[in-house]
Amino acid sequence: MDLKEKLISSFLAFENNVDLDHPVHEVRSEAIKNFENKGFPSKKEEAWKYTSLNSLQKVDFSIFPKEESTLEYKDVKKYFLHEIDTYKIVFVDGVYSSYLSETTHDGVDVCLMSSAFSKPMFRQVIEVYFNKVASKDESLTTLNTAFSKEGAYIYIPKNKMPKKPIQILHLATGNEAALMLQPRNLIVAEDNAEVQIIERHQSLTDNEVFTNSVTEIFAGKDAIVDYYKVQNDAPTASLVDNTYISQKDSSVVRVHTFSFGGKLIRNNLNFYQNGERIDSTLKGVTILGDKQHVDHHTLVHHRQPNCESHQDYKGIFGDSSTGVFNGKIIVDKIAQKTDAFQQNNNILLSDRATINSKPQLEIFADDVKCSHGCTIGQLDEDALFYLRSRGIPKKEATALLMYAFANNVLESVRIPELKSRINKIIANKLGVRVGFDL
Amino acid sequence: MLEIKNLHASVEDKEILKGIDLKVNAGEVHAIMGPNGSGKSTLASVIAGKEDFEVEEGSIVLEGEDLDELAPEERAHKGIFLSFQYPVEIPGVSVTNFIKTAINESRKARGLEEMPANEMLKKIREKSELLEIDRKFLSRSLNEGFSGGEKKRNEIFQMAMMEPKLAILDETDSGLDIDALRIVANGVNKLRNKDNAIIVITHYQRLLDYIVPDFVHVLYNGKIVKSGTKELALELEEKGYDWIKQEATV
Repeated sequence: MDLKEKLISSFLAFENNVDLDHPVHEVRSEAIKNFENKGFPSKKEEAWKYTSLNSLQKVDFSIFPKEESTLEYKDVKKYFLHEIDTYKIVFVDGVYSSYLSETTHDGVDVCLMSSAFSKPMFRQVIEVYFNKVASKDESLTTLNTAFSKEGAYIYIPKNKMPKKPIQILHLATGNEAALMLQPRNLIVAEDNAEVQIIERHQSLTDNEVFTNSVTEIFAGKDAIVDYYKVQNDAPTASLVDNTYISQKDSSVVRVHTFSFGGKLIRNNLNFYQNGERIDSTLKGVTILGDKQHVDHHTLVHHRQPNCESHQDYKGIFGDSSTGVFNGKIIVDKIAQKTDAFQQNNNILLSDRATINSKPQLEIFADDVKCSHGCTIGQLDEDALFYLRSRGIPKKEATALLMYAFANNVLESVRIPELKSRINKIIANKLGVRVGFDL
Repeated sequence: MLEIKNLHASVEDKEILKGIDLKVNAGEVHAIMGPNGSGKSTLASVIAGKEDFEVEEGSIVLEGEDLDELAPEERAHKGIFLSFQYPVEIPGVSVTNFIKTAINESRKARGLEEMPANEMLKKIREKSELLEIDRKFLSRSLNEGFSGGEKKRNEIFQMAMMEPKLAILDETDSGLDIDALRIVANGVNKLRNKDNAIIVITHYQRLLDYIVPDFVHVLYNGKIVKSGTKELALELEEKGYDWIKQEATV
């Protein structure tokens, strides 16, 4: 049985464990029909030309973990940003771990999708927001919608801000030979609310993991949302990360994606600007080696006038790694005075590494500023000579330059401890040992 | 200290240096002047070991050692310093961290321990005062967003920190206003001593009013066509380079 068939037949079993009378279930039923029609995306589709899910479909993934696993905090501490106090929503093999988590209902709701689905007090928010920005058409998103049951639920009411940043951590223990996870997150920041979120997927063993995640983010008027995705997973873990963002007037949403590890990563990051004077920021640092593959597909849809978007993705590719950047910007006819900026710079460290970079601009308004640039190259020889002439050996100088190349993406990270953590990961990845803390 | 003999160098099969002879002793300041495109910056880069240039003939010897096979960093470890005309921006690495790395890499190459932190701090303070450099400046990313003057001042600050035997200042005066020029020149003069040597590469006489050279050489079309004392620089300032070109072609 291939994975598609297995998922469709598992849906019946899944239905035994959810409330069939809840309005959400109708959404799930529609979604599984769409997935059944479409199946997994193939390389024949333009959007999946460079990323193949074929090998994943041959793996016999467990759809539901058999048993609950417990983990000691000390064993997984390093995967948390433990230097600062945070709220934590932690899942172990897809199951919520109350022991490792710290949730709250103190003025804001930082809790679980399963609670939000089942408790009447959350029903209204679910009705207004759930599956409202996520695609009802894209097959993997609808697959996730069909099985949506658990994930992070974050609701920040008007004018509120949680006392501390929120971490969402998905851990896979390897209790199953191969496990498929489908977390579903809903983040709502109402008018003038503010929130900072860090998300990470981490497999703890060499057993295969395939995560198909969907996150919906809604930013009200003047809201500020910072979302950091840390992708530094085990070499046997694959991730398809679908993020859908809806913004209202004068809101600011910044998504940073740090891709350093994992076997196959596909990021579908979609911004929809549903108001004026919106600021959308998409930044990414990708550093790969071995046979790793990372595919960034971004979409910024400018639907109203006077908005901005800033995209800046840097990639460093070594060994036989492959990267894809596909940045689509749509500017509707009504969206005059749009300022859309897109930049994708790549360095190839080996003859076997590949990057496919493609800007895709569809502009229907006539009074806009849209710029895009893409570079693929080696390191600047003049810069290398400068460093070497100061006595810094070639290897260290190279590493230092790559570090500098990736660094400006970090400037907009607003949690200093996270910034320094990412810096350390980058320095480690690049082998920078220059006698100071970067 | 430095002896250059019959140096021929080319880039992409185009010969730029066509037989340079130059001898610089410890304690001396030599100025190399010449019109644009005469090979001044190439000479500086070739001495510092830039790999884009092919040395076809001749030799560069520093304190009895032929530099031919040495990488740029190895030349730096031997005491050669090049102040760049266009210093490179390195975002994310502060001036302080950069100079610490540079100094400790050189020490490592010479078999020395890393410089103790307090000694390093003391030295940074002392040398930044010499060049009237602000504390805040030191924590900024190297050369990023620096004005022309700040970049050059930072180059000389690095020189002061690294205490080279031979410093080559490539067009250090370009892009400097008169105050910055005075500060930079004053810094260089305080670093002069009987054990080191300085080669000043410049298009104009202006810098040489402040850093007074012992010898002046005129480079034209890849060769040193005239050498003299500081009066030669004044003569060039007055008459321009045309008479040199004529003399050279005769």
